[in-house]
Amino acid sequence: MNYSQAVLSGDRLALARLLTQVENEAPEGRAALIELFPHTGQAHLIGVTGAPGTGKSSLVNQLTLHFRKTQNKRVAIVAVDPSSPFTGGAVLGDRVRMRDLSGDSGVFIRSMATRGSLGGLAQSTANMAQVFDAAGFDIVIIETVGAGQSEVDVARLAHTTLVVEAPGLGDDIQAIKAGILEIADILVVNKADRPGVENTEKSLKSMLELAHPTERVFQHHGQSTRVAAPKQDSSSALMWIPPIQRTVAIEGKGISELAQSITRHVTHLTHSGGWAIRERTRLEVELDSLIREKLVSRFRDEVPQKQYDDILEKVIQRELSPWEAAAMLTYE
Amino acid sequence: MTEKKIRVLVAKPGLDGHDRGAKVVARALRDAGMEVIYTGLRQTPEMIAEAALQEDVDVVGLSILSGAHMALTPRLLELLKYNGQSHVKIFIGGIIPDEDSHRLKEMGVTGVYGPGASTEDIIRDVKLAVTG
Repeated sequence: MNYSQAVLSGDRLALARLLTQVENEAPEGRAALIELFPHTGQAHLIGVTGAPGTGKSSLVNQLTLHFRKTQNKRVAIVAVDPSSPFTGGAVLGDRVRMRDLSGDSGVFIRSMATRGSLGGLAQSTANMAQVFDAAGFDIVIIETVGAGQSEVDVARLAHTTLVVEAPGLGDDIQAIKAGILEIADILVVNKADRPGVENTEKSLKSMLELAHPTERVFQHHGQSTRVAAPKQDSSSALMWIPPIQRTVAIEGKGISELAQSITRHVTHLTHSGGWAIRERTRLEVELDSLIREKLVSRFRDEVPQKQYDDILEKVIQRELSPWEAAAMLTYE
Repeated sequence: MTEKKIRVLVAKPGLDGHDRGAKVVARALRDAGMEVIYTGLRQTPEMIAEAALQEDVDVVGLSILSGAHMALTPRLLELLKYNGQSHVKIFIGGIIPDEDSHRLKEMGVTGVYGPGASTEDIIRDVKLAVTG
Protein backbone atom coordinates (compact mmCIF):
# COMPACT_ATOMS: atom_id res chain seq x y z
CA MET A 1 0.00 0.00 0.00
CA ASN A 2 1.22 3.51 -0.74
CA TYR A 3 0.77 5.08 2.66
CA SER A 4 1.57 8.65 1.79
CA GLN A 5 -1.05 8.94 -0.99
CA ALA A 6 -3.70 7.34 1.22
CA VAL A 7 -2.82 9.57 4.16
CA LEU A 8 -2.93 12.72 2.03
CA SER A 9 -6.37 11.72 0.77
CA GLY A 10 -7.64 11.46 4.34
CA ASP A 11 -7.72 7.67 4.84
CA ARG A 12 -7.81 7.22 8.63
CA LEU A 13 -6.90 3.53 8.64
CA ALA A 14 -3.86 4.22 6.45
CA LEU A 15 -2.92 7.06 8.80
CA ALA A 16 -3.14 4.74 11.83
CA ARG A 17 -1.06 2.06 10.13
CA LEU A 18 1.55 4.52 8.92
CA LEU A 19 1.91 5.83 12.48
CA THR A 20 2.74 2.27 13.56
CA GLN A 21 5.36 1.94 10.80
CA VAL A 22 6.87 5.27 11.80
CA GLU A 23 6.84 4.35 15.47
CA ASN A 24 8.60 1.04 14.71
CA GLU A 25 11.09 2.86 12.45
CA ALA A 26 10.21 0.46 9.66
CA PRO A 27 11.51 1.10 6.09
CA GLU A 28 7.93 1.75 4.86
CA GLY A 29 7.58 4.42 7.53
CA ARG A 30 10.81 6.10 6.50
CA ALA A 31 9.83 6.07 2.81
CA ALA A 32 6.46 7.66 3.60
CA LEU A 33 8.08 10.33 5.79
CA ILE A 34 10.26 11.33 2.84
CA GLU A 35 7.24 11.59 0.53
CA LEU A 36 5.19 13.48 3.10
CA PHE A 37 7.89 15.96 4.09
CA PRO A 38 6.97 18.61 1.46
CA HIS A 39 3.45 18.66 2.95
CA THR A 40 4.64 19.44 6.48
CA GLY A 41 5.27 22.76 8.20
CA GLN A 42 1.61 23.83 8.24
CA ALA A 43 0.41 22.65 11.67
CA HIS A 44 0.74 24.45 14.96
CA LEU A 45 2.52 22.08 17.35
CA ILE A 46 1.52 22.55 20.97
CA GLY A 47 3.46 20.75 23.71
CA VAL A 48 1.84 20.01 27.05
CA THR A 49 4.09 18.95 29.90
CA GLY A 50 4.18 18.96 33.71
CA ALA A 51 4.40 16.70 36.73
CA PRO A 52 2.25 13.55 36.92
CA GLY A 53 -1.26 14.17 38.17
CA THR A 54 -1.43 17.86 37.33
CA GLY A 55 -4.22 17.19 34.84
CA LYS A 56 -2.45 17.31 31.49
CA SER A 57 -4.78 14.86 29.76
CA SER A 58 -7.94 16.53 31.07
CA LEU A 59 -6.58 19.88 29.91
CA VAL A 60 -5.80 18.49 26.45
CA ASN A 61 -9.34 17.11 26.32
CA GLN A 62 -10.90 20.50 27.12
CA LEU A 63 -8.57 22.49 24.87
CA THR A 64 -9.36 20.18 21.97
CA LEU A 65 -13.11 20.54 22.56
CA HIS A 66 -12.59 24.31 22.53
CA PHE A 67 -10.57 24.30 19.29
CA ARG A 68 -13.22 22.10 17.65
CA LYS A 69 -16.20 24.18 18.77
CA THR A 70 -14.95 27.72 18.39
CA GLN A 71 -12.27 27.51 15.69
CA ASN A 72 -13.33 24.40 13.77
CA LYS A 73 -9.73 23.24 13.61
CA ARG A 74 -8.75 19.62 13.07
CA VAL A 75 -6.79 18.40 16.06
CA ALA A 76 -4.41 15.47 16.44
CA ILE A 77 -3.15 14.37 19.85
CA VAL A 78 0.01 12.37 20.51
CA ALA A 79 -0.11 11.19 24.12
CA VAL A 80 3.12 9.74 25.50
CA ASP A 81 3.28 7.48 28.57
CA PRO A 82 6.28 5.63 30.00
CA SER A 83 7.36 2.10 29.10
CA SER A 84 8.42 -0.20 31.91
CA PRO A 85 12.21 -0.29 32.08
CA PHE A 86 12.00 -3.95 33.12
CA THR A 87 9.55 -5.58 30.72
CA GLY A 88 9.24 -2.98 27.96
CA GLY A 89 5.48 -3.09 28.42
CA ALA A 90 3.27 -0.08 29.06
CA VAL A 91 -0.20 0.92 30.12
CA LEU A 92 -1.23 3.95 28.10
CA GLY A 93 -4.09 5.61 29.97
CA ASP A 94 -4.41 9.12 28.58
CA ARG A 95 -7.50 8.24 26.54
CA VAL A 96 -9.45 7.70 29.77
CA ARG A 97 -9.57 11.50 30.23
CA MET A 98 -10.38 12.20 26.58
CA ARG A 99 -13.66 10.38 26.14
CA ASP A 100 -15.47 13.63 25.21
CA LEU A 101 -13.52 13.61 21.94
CA SER A 102 -14.87 10.25 20.82
CA GLY A 103 -17.05 10.26 17.73
CA ASP A 104 -15.55 13.44 16.27
CA SER A 105 -13.86 12.74 12.93
CA GLY A 106 -11.94 16.02 13.25
CA VAL A 107 -9.95 14.56 16.13
CA PHE A 108 -7.36 11.77 16.07
CA ILE A 109 -5.78 10.51 19.29
CA ARG A 110 -2.72 8.31 19.28
CA SER A 111 -1.08 6.90 22.43
CA MET A 112 2.56 6.00 22.41
CA ALA A 113 5.02 4.48 24.87
CA THR A 114 8.47 5.97 25.45
CA ARG A 115 10.17 2.65 24.62
CA GLY A 116 13.24 3.43 26.66
CA SER A 117 13.67 7.01 25.51
CA LEU A 118 14.28 9.67 28.16
CA GLY A 119 13.40 13.33 27.91
CA GLY A 120 9.61 12.98 28.14
CA LEU A 121 9.01 11.95 24.53
CA ALA A 122 9.58 8.75 22.56
CA GLN A 123 12.20 8.46 19.83
CA SER A 124 9.67 8.81 17.04
CA THR A 125 7.26 11.35 18.55
CA ALA A 126 8.55 14.11 16.28
CA ASN A 127 8.06 11.93 13.21
CA MET A 128 4.52 11.04 14.29
CA ALA A 129 3.79 14.76 14.63
CA GLN A 130 5.11 15.25 11.08
CA VAL A 131 2.71 12.62 9.77
CA PHE A 132 -0.25 14.40 11.41
CA ASP A 133 1.01 17.71 10.04
CA ALA A 134 1.12 16.30 6.49
CA ALA A 135 -2.29 14.66 6.97
CA GLY A 136 -3.77 18.14 7.29
CA PHE A 137 -4.35 18.51 11.02
CA ASP A 138 -4.27 22.21 11.93
CA ILE A 139 -3.14 21.60 15.49
CA VAL A 140 -1.00 18.77 16.82
CA ILE A 141 -0.95 18.52 20.62
CA ILE A 142 1.94 16.55 22.09
CA GLU A 143 1.36 15.43 25.66
CA THR A 144 4.57 14.30 27.37
CA VAL A 145 4.94 11.73 30.12
CA GLY A 146 4.51 13.12 33.61
CA ALA A 147 7.69 15.12 33.70
CA GLY A 148 9.96 16.19 36.54
CA GLN A 149 13.05 18.24 35.97
CA SER A 150 14.78 17.69 32.71
CA GLU A 151 12.13 16.30 30.38
CA VAL A 152 12.39 19.32 28.16
CA ASP A 153 12.60 17.73 24.70
CA VAL A 154 9.06 18.86 23.92
CA ALA A 155 10.16 22.51 23.81
CA ARG A 156 12.45 21.72 20.90
CA LEU A 157 9.59 20.10 19.01
CA ALA A 158 6.64 22.38 19.78
CA HIS A 159 5.94 25.95 18.69
CA THR A 160 4.08 26.63 21.93
CA THR A 161 4.88 24.81 25.17
CA LEU A 162 2.40 24.67 28.04
CA VAL A 163 3.77 23.71 31.45
CA VAL A 164 1.00 22.52 33.73
CA GLU A 165 1.21 22.96 37.49
CA ALA A 166 -1.26 22.28 40.27
CA PRO A 167 -1.59 23.68 43.81
CA GLY A 168 -0.34 21.66 46.74
CA LEU A 169 2.63 20.03 45.10
CA GLY A 170 4.78 21.89 47.62
CA ASP A 171 8.39 20.92 47.32
CA ASP A 172 7.88 19.52 43.86
CA ILE A 173 7.29 23.03 42.60
CA GLN A 174 10.59 24.12 44.08
CA ALA A 175 12.31 21.11 42.61
CA ILE A 176 11.18 21.69 39.06
CA LYS A 177 11.90 25.41 39.05
CA ALA A 178 15.31 25.08 37.48
CA GLY A 179 14.40 22.80 34.60
CA ILE A 180 10.95 22.58 33.25
CA LEU A 181 9.58 26.04 34.02
CA GLU A 182 12.21 27.60 31.80
CA ILE A 183 10.72 26.03 28.70
CA ALA A 184 7.20 27.33 29.32
CA ASP A 185 5.62 29.69 26.82
CA ILE A 186 2.46 29.55 28.90
CA LEU A 187 2.20 28.46 32.53
CA VAL A 188 -1.05 26.76 33.50
CA VAL A 189 -2.13 26.43 37.11
CA ASN A 190 -4.69 23.67 36.81
CA LYS A 191 -6.99 22.48 39.62
CA ALA A 192 -7.27 26.17 40.51
CA ASP A 193 -10.29 25.48 42.71
CA ARG A 194 -7.99 23.82 45.22
CA PRO A 195 -6.56 25.54 48.27
CA GLY A 196 -3.06 26.94 47.83
CA VAL A 197 -3.64 28.24 44.31
CA GLU A 198 -2.51 31.77 45.32
CA ASN A 199 0.77 30.41 46.67
CA THR A 200 1.43 28.40 43.53
CA GLU A 201 0.70 31.40 41.35
CA LYS A 202 2.83 33.66 43.51
CA SER A 203 5.86 31.40 43.38
CA LEU A 204 5.54 31.10 39.60
CA LYS A 205 5.22 34.89 39.30
CA SER A 206 8.31 35.53 41.39
CA MET A 207 10.22 33.02 39.31
CA LEU A 208 9.16 34.85 36.15
CA GLU A 209 10.01 38.27 37.54
CA LEU A 210 13.61 37.24 37.98
CA ALA A 211 13.82 36.67 34.27
CA HIS A 212 11.44 39.41 33.11
CA PRO A 213 11.34 42.48 35.37
CA THR A 214 7.87 43.98 35.65
CA GLU A 215 6.28 46.62 37.84
CA ARG A 216 6.26 45.44 41.42
CA VAL A 217 4.71 46.59 44.67
CA PHE A 218 6.90 46.24 47.74
CA GLN A 219 5.33 45.96 51.16
CA HIS A 220 7.70 47.41 53.73
CA HIS A 221 6.54 48.22 57.27
CA GLY A 222 2.99 48.59 56.04
CA GLN A 223 3.93 51.08 53.33
CA SER A 224 3.68 50.03 49.75
CA THR A 225 6.15 51.32 47.26
CA ARG A 226 5.73 51.01 43.55
CA VAL A 227 8.80 50.21 41.53
CA ALA A 228 8.38 50.68 37.81
CA ALA A 229 9.62 48.09 35.41
CA PRO A 230 12.90 48.95 33.68
CA LYS A 231 12.43 50.77 30.39
CA GLN A 232 12.07 48.38 27.52
CA ASP A 233 14.17 48.97 24.44
CA SER A 234 12.93 48.06 20.99
CA SER A 235 14.33 44.53 21.11
CA SER A 236 12.57 43.60 24.35
CA ALA A 237 9.28 44.90 22.97
CA LEU A 238 9.34 41.65 21.02
CA MET A 239 9.97 39.69 24.18
CA TRP A 240 7.35 37.17 25.25
CA ILE A 241 6.59 37.00 28.95
CA PRO A 242 4.89 33.68 29.75
CA PRO A 243 1.38 34.36 31.06
CA ILE A 244 0.05 32.38 34.01
CA GLN A 245 -3.40 30.92 33.33
CA ARG A 246 -5.65 29.43 35.98
CA THR A 247 -7.82 26.52 34.87
CA VAL A 248 -10.11 23.87 36.31
CA ALA A 249 -9.90 21.42 33.44
CA ILE A 250 -12.54 18.92 34.54
CA GLU A 251 -15.11 21.76 34.72
CA GLY A 252 -13.86 23.50 31.59
CA LYS A 253 -13.04 26.69 33.54
CA GLY A 254 -10.36 29.02 32.20
CA ILE A 255 -10.08 27.11 28.95
CA SER A 256 -11.15 29.87 26.56
CA GLU A 257 -8.72 32.30 28.29
CA LEU A 258 -5.98 29.70 27.87
CA ALA A 259 -6.88 29.27 24.20
CA GLN A 260 -6.64 33.07 23.78
CA SER A 261 -3.15 33.00 25.27
CA ILE A 262 -2.19 30.30 22.80
CA THR A 263 -3.50 32.39 19.91
CA ARG A 264 -1.58 35.42 21.22
CA HIS A 265 1.56 33.31 21.36
CA VAL A 266 1.14 32.26 17.72
CA THR A 267 0.71 35.92 16.74
CA HIS A 268 3.80 36.83 18.75
CA LEU A 269 5.84 34.06 17.09
CA THR A 270 4.82 35.16 13.61
CA HIS A 271 5.53 38.85 14.23
CA SER A 272 8.79 38.41 16.12
CA GLY A 273 10.21 35.86 13.70
CA GLY A 274 10.26 33.31 16.51
CA TRP A 275 8.26 30.81 14.45
CA ALA A 276 10.93 30.69 11.75
CA ILE A 277 13.71 30.46 14.34
CA ARG A 278 12.02 27.52 16.06
CA GLU A 279 11.46 25.71 12.75
CA ARG A 280 15.08 26.24 11.80
CA THR A 281 16.42 25.04 15.16
CA ARG A 282 14.20 21.98 15.14
CA LEU A 283 15.19 20.93 11.63
CA GLU A 284 18.85 21.61 12.37
CA VAL A 285 18.76 19.37 15.44
CA GLU A 286 17.00 16.69 13.42
CA LEU A 287 19.51 16.90 10.58
CA ASP A 288 22.42 16.72 13.04
CA SER A 289 21.07 13.64 14.75
CA LEU A 290 20.44 11.92 11.41
CA ILE A 291 24.00 12.68 10.30
CA ARG A 292 25.32 11.26 13.57
CA GLU A 293 23.22 8.11 13.06
CA LYS A 294 24.52 7.71 9.49
CA LEU A 295 28.15 8.23 10.48
CA VAL A 296 27.88 5.69 13.27
CA SER A 297 26.40 3.08 10.95
CA ARG A 298 29.03 3.82 8.29
CA PHE A 299 31.70 3.42 10.94
CA ARG A 300 30.23 0.05 11.97
CA ASP A 301 30.28 -1.07 8.33
CA GLU A 302 33.89 -0.02 7.74
CA VAL A 303 35.64 -1.08 10.92
CA PRO A 304 35.81 -4.87 11.38
CA GLN A 305 34.29 -6.04 14.65
CA LYS A 306 37.56 -7.87 15.45
CA GLN A 307 39.59 -4.67 15.26
CA TYR A 308 37.04 -2.86 17.42
CA ASP A 309 37.07 -5.63 20.03
CA ASP A 310 40.90 -5.73 20.13
CA ILE A 311 41.16 -2.02 20.74
CA LEU A 312 38.36 -2.12 23.31
CA GLU A 313 40.26 -4.86 25.13
CA LYS A 314 43.37 -2.64 25.24
CA VAL A 315 41.26 0.12 26.78
CA ILE A 316 39.93 -2.29 29.39
CA GLN A 317 43.55 -3.37 30.16
CA ARG A 318 44.46 0.33 30.57
CA GLU A 319 46.97 0.04 27.70
CA LEU A 320 45.13 2.69 25.69
CA SER A 321 42.96 5.59 26.81
CA PRO A 322 39.45 5.87 25.30
CA TRP A 323 40.54 9.08 23.54
CA GLU A 324 43.49 7.38 21.83
CA ALA A 325 41.31 4.38 21.00
CA ALA A 326 38.66 6.56 19.35
CA ALA A 327 41.34 8.36 17.34
CA MET A 328 42.79 5.04 16.13
CA LEU A 329 39.41 3.60 15.19
CA THR A 330 38.45 6.68 13.21
CA TYR A 331 41.92 6.77 11.51
CA GLU A 332 42.60 10.22 12.88
CA MET B 1 14.16 -0.74 13.17
CA THR B 2 12.82 -1.23 16.67
CA GLU B 3 11.07 -4.39 17.77
CA LYS B 4 7.38 -4.65 16.95
CA LYS B 5 5.29 -4.48 20.11
CA ILE B 6 1.94 -6.16 20.56
CA ARG B 7 -0.62 -3.38 21.05
CA VAL B 8 -3.78 -4.21 22.98
CA LEU B 9 -6.85 -2.08 23.63
CA VAL B 10 -8.50 -2.96 26.93
CA ALA B 11 -12.04 -1.64 27.03
CA LYS B 12 -14.99 -1.85 29.32
CA PRO B 13 -18.20 -1.61 27.31
CA GLY B 14 -21.67 -1.42 28.81
CA LEU B 15 -22.99 0.06 31.99
CA ASP B 16 -21.49 -1.91 34.87
CA GLY B 17 -18.75 -0.10 36.76
CA HIS B 18 -16.57 -2.98 37.89
CA ASP B 19 -13.20 -2.46 36.25
CA ARG B 20 -10.94 -4.42 38.58
CA GLY B 21 -10.77 -7.38 36.20
CA ALA B 22 -9.90 -5.15 33.26
CA LYS B 23 -7.14 -3.49 35.28
CA VAL B 24 -5.68 -6.83 36.42
CA VAL B 25 -5.52 -8.01 32.81
CA ALA B 26 -4.08 -4.67 31.60
CA ARG B 27 -1.35 -4.88 34.21
CA ALA B 28 -0.58 -8.53 33.39
CA LEU B 29 -0.27 -7.80 29.66
CA ARG B 30 1.99 -4.85 30.45
CA ASP B 31 4.22 -7.10 32.53
CA ALA B 32 4.36 -9.46 29.56
CA GLY B 33 5.91 -6.62 27.55
CA MET B 34 2.83 -5.48 25.61
CA GLU B 35 1.61 -1.93 25.10
CA VAL B 36 -1.85 -1.70 26.59
CA ILE B 37 -4.16 1.19 25.79
CA TYR B 38 -6.70 1.50 28.57
CA THR B 39 -9.91 3.36 27.73
CA GLY B 40 -11.86 3.37 30.99
CA LEU B 41 -15.47 2.65 31.84
CA ARG B 42 -18.76 2.78 29.93
CA GLN B 43 -17.54 2.63 26.37
CA THR B 44 -19.91 2.11 23.48
CA PRO B 45 -18.93 -0.30 20.68
CA GLU B 46 -18.56 2.81 18.47
CA MET B 47 -16.05 4.36 20.88
CA ILE B 48 -14.10 1.09 21.13
CA ALA B 49 -13.93 0.63 17.36
CA GLU B 50 -12.76 4.21 16.88
CA ALA B 51 -10.03 3.81 19.50
CA ALA B 52 -8.95 0.48 17.98
CA LEU B 53 -8.58 2.21 14.61
CA GLN B 54 -6.66 5.26 15.85
CA GLU B 55 -4.33 3.14 17.95
CA ASP B 56 -3.85 0.47 15.22
CA VAL B 57 -4.05 -2.31 17.80
CA ASP B 58 -3.55 -6.03 17.20
CA VAL B 59 -5.95 -7.10 19.93
CA VAL B 60 -9.08 -5.77 21.65
CA GLY B 61 -9.81 -7.12 25.13
CA LEU B 62 -13.34 -6.57 26.41
CA SER B 63 -14.40 -6.89 30.02
CA ILE B 64 -18.16 -7.43 30.27
CA LEU B 65 -19.87 -8.22 33.56
CA SER B 66 -23.29 -6.82 32.74
CA GLY B 67 -24.64 -9.75 30.72
CA ALA B 68 -24.87 -7.62 27.59
CA HIS B 69 -22.10 -9.48 25.74
CA MET B 70 -24.43 -10.95 23.10
CA ALA B 71 -25.54 -7.44 22.13
CA LEU B 72 -22.25 -5.56 22.40
CA THR B 73 -19.88 -8.04 20.77
CA PRO B 74 -21.59 -8.53 17.35
CA ARG B 75 -21.89 -4.76 17.02
CA LEU B 76 -18.17 -4.30 17.69
CA LEU B 77 -17.23 -7.05 15.22
CA GLU B 78 -19.38 -5.37 12.59
CA LEU B 79 -17.75 -1.96 13.19
CA LEU B 80 -14.22 -3.36 13.08
CA LYS B 81 -15.03 -5.06 9.80
CA TYR B 82 -16.53 -1.86 8.39
CA ASN B 83 -13.33 0.01 9.34
CA GLY B 84 -11.12 -2.53 7.58
CA GLN B 85 -9.86 -4.05 10.82
CA SER B 86 -11.15 -7.63 10.56
CA HIS B 87 -7.62 -8.80 11.44
CA VAL B 88 -7.95 -7.49 15.01
CA LYS B 89 -8.31 -10.36 17.51
CA ILE B 90 -11.05 -10.10 20.13
CA PHE B 91 -10.76 -11.47 23.66
CA ILE B 92 -13.58 -11.29 26.20
CA GLY B 93 -13.45 -11.67 29.96
CA GLY B 94 -16.40 -11.66 32.33
CA ILE B 95 -19.41 -13.65 33.35
CA ILE B 96 -20.17 -15.50 30.12
CA PRO B 97 -22.34 -18.69 30.11
CA ASP B 98 -20.79 -21.65 28.21
CA GLU B 99 -23.37 -21.66 25.42
CA ASP B 100 -22.79 -17.94 24.80
CA SER B 101 -19.06 -18.55 24.82
CA HIS B 102 -19.48 -21.04 21.95
CA ARG B 103 -21.64 -18.64 19.97
CA LEU B 104 -19.20 -15.77 20.49
CA LYS B 105 -16.34 -17.91 19.18
CA GLU B 106 -18.43 -18.84 16.15
CA MET B 107 -18.89 -15.13 15.47
CA GLY B 108 -15.11 -14.70 15.41
CA VAL B 109 -14.10 -13.99 19.01
CA THR B 110 -10.67 -15.54 19.66
CA GLY B 111 -10.87 -16.20 23.39
CA VAL B 112 -13.44 -16.08 26.20
CA TYR B 113 -12.41 -16.18 29.88
CA GLY B 114 -14.50 -16.54 33.03
CA PRO B 115 -13.81 -15.99 36.72
CA GLY B 116 -10.64 -17.77 37.88
CA ALA B 117 -8.94 -17.72 34.47
CA SER B 118 -5.19 -17.37 34.83
CA THR B 119 -3.42 -14.35 33.40
CA GLU B 120 -0.67 -16.65 32.11
CA ASP B 121 -3.20 -18.41 29.89
CA ILE B 122 -4.48 -15.09 28.59
CA ILE B 123 -0.95 -13.85 27.83
CA ARG B 124 -0.07 -17.10 26.04
CA ASP B 125 -3.27 -17.01 23.96
CA VAL B 126 -2.82 -13.35 23.01
CA LYS B 127 0.78 -13.89 21.90
CA LEU B 128 -0.21 -16.99 19.93
CA ALA B 129 -3.12 -15.22 18.22
CA VAL B 130 -0.98 -12.24 17.14
CA THR B 131 2.23 -13.93 16.11
CA GLY B 132 0.50 -17.02 14.72
